[in-house]
Amino acid sequence: MHTIFPLTLSGVAFAPNQVPVLADIDLRIDAGAHTVILGANGSGKSALMRLMHGLLKPTAGRILWNGSESRPRAQCLVFQRPVMLRRSALANVAYGLQVAGVPSARRNAQARAALERVGLTHLADRPARVLSGGEQQRVALARAWALEPHILFLDEPTASLDPAAARSVEQVIVDIHRAGASIVMTTHNLGQARRLADEIIFLHAGRITERTPAGDFFRRPQSSEARSFLQGELP
Amino acid sequence: MKTLQRSMLSAIACLVLAASPARAADNFITVASTTSTEQSGLFGYLLPLFEKPSGIQVRVVALGTGQALDLARRGDADVVFVHDPVAEGKFMAEGYGVKRQEVMYNDFVLIGPKDDPAKVAGGNDISVALKTIAASKSPFVSRGDKSGTHSAELRLWKASGIDLGAVKGPWYRDTGSGMGPALNTAASMNAYILSDRGTWLNFRNRQNLGIAVAGDKRLFNQYGVILVNPVKYPHVKQAAGQQFIDWLLSDVGQKTIASYQIGGEQLFFPNAKR
Amino acid sequence: MGDLSESLALALGPVIGLDAKLMDIVTLSLRVSLSAVLLSALLALPLGALLAVGNFAGRRTLTVVVNGFMGLPAVVVGLLVYLLLSRAGPLGPLGLLFTPMAMVIAQAILVAPLLAALTRQTVADAWREYQEQLHSLGATTRQAISTLLWDTRYSLFTVMLAGFGRAIAEVGAVMIVGGNIDGVTRVMTTSIALETSKGDLPLALSLGLILVVLVLTINALAYVTGVWARRRFG
Repeated sequence: MHTIFPLTLSGVAFAPNQVPVLADIDLRIDAGAHTVILGANGSGKSALMRLMHGLLKPTAGRILWNGSESRPRAQCLVFQRPVMLRRSALANVAYGLQVAGVPSARRNAQARAALERVGLTHLADRPARVLSGGEQQRVALARAWALEPHILFLDEPTASLDPAAARSVEQVIVDIHRAGASIVMTTHNLGQARRLADEIIFLHAGRITERTPAGDFFRRPQSSEARSFLQGELP
Repeated sequence: MKTLQRSMLSAIACLVLAASPARAADNFITVASTTSTEQSGLFGYLLPLFEKPSGIQVRVVALGTGQALDLARRGDADVVFVHDPVAEGKFMAEGYGVKRQEVMYNDFVLIGPKDDPAKVAGGNDISVALKTIAASKSPFVSRGDKSGTHSAELRLWKASGIDLGAVKGPWYRDTGSGMGPALNTAASMNAYILSDRGTWLNFRNRQNLGIAVAGDKRLFNQYGVILVNPVKYPHVKQAAGQQFIDWLLSDVGQKTIASYQIGGEQLFFPNAKR
Repeated sequence: MGDLSESLALALGPVIGLDAKLMDIVTLSLRVSLSAVLLSALLALPLGALLAVGNFAGRRTLTVVVNGFMGLPAVVVGLLVYLLLSRAGPLGPLGLLFTPMAMVIAQAILVAPLLAALTRQTVADAWREYQEQLHSLGATTRQAISTLLWDTRYSLFTVMLAGFGRAIAEVGAVMIVGGNIDGVTRVMTTSIALETSKGDLPLALSLGLILVVLVLTINALAYVTGVWARRRFG
């Protein structure tokens, strides 16, 4: 079974139009990780996610998947605001499979299975854009899950949702992780980070100041920036 | 996406190619003629009487004489049917036609406002009338479009001894348009205008205009028909075109032309040479 | 004003009595313009999408050119197509001049820049929303164009109605390449031109009224479609 891990970033910097956003990023993500990236607004979390996923190209440094520079297919990014096409929920999930080249005979079956896993079978034929925020986000997750990714990136996946919807989305993320995918996500929700993370990466002003197992991070953060962050934000 | 494109293509095919009203006439000829001939209503009357027995559809593209001859020079017509002997002669000299034959004549009339500012109404001498109009600088509309009527107008000015270039002024309105539109303009401007009798009799927007001068022999307007030279353009429908020309010149054709009337008045006088 | 009321009576008469000749003229107008828009859309819509999504050298220049050609005068298009289709021209042997097909070609060329420019705008708006997600899923430019064109289909339907409106209302192009031949290439606009030049203003006005009603109906259809689609798909 071909593996895409480890994902390594060496000396990665990102400075679009000469504006520094990230610098000196050295990072390694292995299979089975459930990593949460924390940081204040403007610390570069979103940029880091997009660099790892391959949507952005670093200004300096290298990003390697198991030693190779080519971007693997088995990885997905779920955005804060889900992007739904003007079609049914089922068709949206099937669309991801279509782009990946899965023949139409199998697409619908796999899409339906993915929707069932996120508990939205009853909404399969509804136009996706009229669903609630939480439902749309779960469709987005189903779309990603159907592609059987080895790693799933999530950029503030529940920031736009109410607590109940956020909880149901969290549950899906947990299920995906249990099914074998690594998770790398950003969030502002400290309670969520506490619930889900195995380890925390803390970003400050474009640099990684620490990387700590989750339990240790919340009890005793190593960097002063992390300490201020945790004190400034209430869970 | 591909199926959508395919269905669009078949929709186009159905719309345009199928069930065309002119389906029957893969047998047709293209005749370049003049707006005055068309707007007199002659073709609407004449052509069905040829088309039914012969089975040949006659498609008339109506332009000014100059344009019609130019169209034929490019090979876009099979037959020309116009009224400017000088231009037709040039066309023949350039080798674009097989033979020029006279079909019919009508006359030009000088149209003018009923209140007659130049005081020429009722006369029958066109030269005097034109001289008076120029001298009094009364509004005059010209077609200015290389048409048979326009050429005739220019010849008449010259024959009256008037140098248009010298006397031209704001009173002389050069519109560059067909007979109908020029008459519309003259009606709105209350101006004098030279027109063929056929278009005038069929014209509905007369407003304050009426016939000022008519009957002068110099207002005689000869129509000729020419088959476009198949040596120059092998695609010309020689047989069908000649059949149409022969019909126009035949007894039946000539009698039909004579029988066309508007308001009880005959418009065209057949004069084909036998 | 007398002409106007005379025209209303005139307009209703032939329509109610289904005057055969009038029906032929209206039908031909619809067939020609509809075919022209469909033909034009086959190329213009993907072009518009490509301009919105693509990333190639000269894209901005091409966009400016396409936008500029929206204002191409119909007579100029007519003249150019005439020169192409004339016997003396490169496509002469096809014998297309003075046929409905020539009118379709001319109108297709006329509305192509309009269709492309409006498509570009529509697709660009959707692209702004979808770009990151489509890239994330690994869609190629080609796939993205297909997806966007299908996703914006209701807006594009409105775009095509706009093109149809422009086509059916123009007279300059069809007059030159069609020749306004009675029973063959005479459409509503060229009929109006002819009747006006004959001074038969009431008849011309009544034809004009029919044309206006047609165009208004098209626009109403476009509006209703937009509202329905938005409500259904969000």
